Amino acid sequence: MCGTCGCGTENNGPVILKPGEEHHSHGNHHHDGHSHSHDDHHHDGHSHSHEHDHQHKVLEIERDILQNNQLLAARNRGYFEAKNIFALNLVSSPGSGKTALLERTLADLKNEISFYVIEGDQQTLNDANRIAAHDVPVVQINTGKGCHLESDMVFDAVKKLKIEDNSILMIENVGNLVCPSMFDLGENKRVVIISTTEGEDKPIKYPDMFHTSDVCIINKIDLLPYVNVNVDNIKKYALQVNPKLLFFEVSATTGQGMEAWYQWLKGPLTPEGGSKILDIKS
Amino acid sequence: MHELSIALGIVKIAEDETSKAKANSVTKIELEIGVLSGIELDSLNFIWESAIKDTVLEFAEKEIIVIKGKGKCVDCDTEFEMENLYDPCPYCQSYFKSILQGKELRVKALEVI
Repeated sequence: MCGTCGCGTENNGPVILKPGEEHHSHGNHHHDGHSHSHDDHHHDGHSHSHEHDHQHKVLEIERDILQNNQLLAARNRGYFEAKNIFALNLVSSPGSGKTALLERTLADLKNEISFYVIEGDQQTLNDANRIAAHDVPVVQINTGKGCHLESDMVFDAVKKLKIEDNSILMIENVGNLVCPSMFDLGENKRVVIISTTEGEDKPIKYPDMFHTSDVCIINKIDLLPYVNVNVDNIKKYALQVNPKLLFFEVSATTGQGMEAWYQWLKGPLTPEGGSKILDIKS
Repeated sequence: MHELSIALGIVKIAEDETSKAKANSVTKIELEIGVLSGIELDSLNFIWESAIKDTVLEFAEKEIIVIKGKGKCVDCDTEFEMENLYDPCPYCQSYFKSILQGKELRVKALEVI
């Protein structure tokens, strides 16, 4: 983000690309000497004449700061509902195995279910390329310096994906266990992934993410013999933050435990306002 | 550092409301932030100056009203103060609770000129 006004600049603002696409810069960027003509742009605040009457006025507005994000999230959710798309927001710290879990899931289920993927990372098309290698439609959102996805980015990415009805949309958020928790993307379910190498008390160290999630996947259980971690303690801490969490213990590498996750994914699913039954390809 | 996004959201709201009221700038802004909202006040204060530069908020006094966390136990109906999302009911130790307050993240009022 721009260090002065915080808005995204063409060099490091959110960029949404499909694998193989290149990023073209915008000619009329608003930092170019403020010569633009957007009526409502916030830099125009100081260009008006000072004809005020020096009377103070108190505006009791009571406005939710996240309102803009929530409005577009609601719009995304309505779109998903209308098209019977089951949208998941995958969140975790970097390196928990989100992409590996996704790759395994796609490889095993793509012949039964139509999947679409939105990849969120600060930089690179690497993850989108990994997904594209499975012949699954994917777009990459590069957030630049941004530490999380917001609903407007998903809104734009979804338009680019042209998702068919009766599909699963996997949104892999930026690897970050803090910031993405506050931003509703319009997903039907939020899935937090924690790996056994991260320690038992992650859920209470980063409670917001576990509090806002519906499902908790404990990944890398094949490494349990080598790490000083008890899965029951991870669950115990996670349940303290969110007693409603549903757990899956898996290894995306060996495939252990993945079947239960697949059964949950395949449904019949009845998330609030989401897909009732997925149209399973025969 | 999602506090930057939050600060920019605040700026956007202030800009919109100031222009709606046909005012020129904000002299004071009151924010309500709950302790369970996920906002680190230190981080918000840290990025505040750079977020409001060249906006209607540039010279505004900022008042933050911190709202305490309060939960109600689903199992025994006890109401209790919460500091963390994982605080159990002090009466029956259950972790099932509804959060009554503390998640607030609001621009309460603007004083404009």
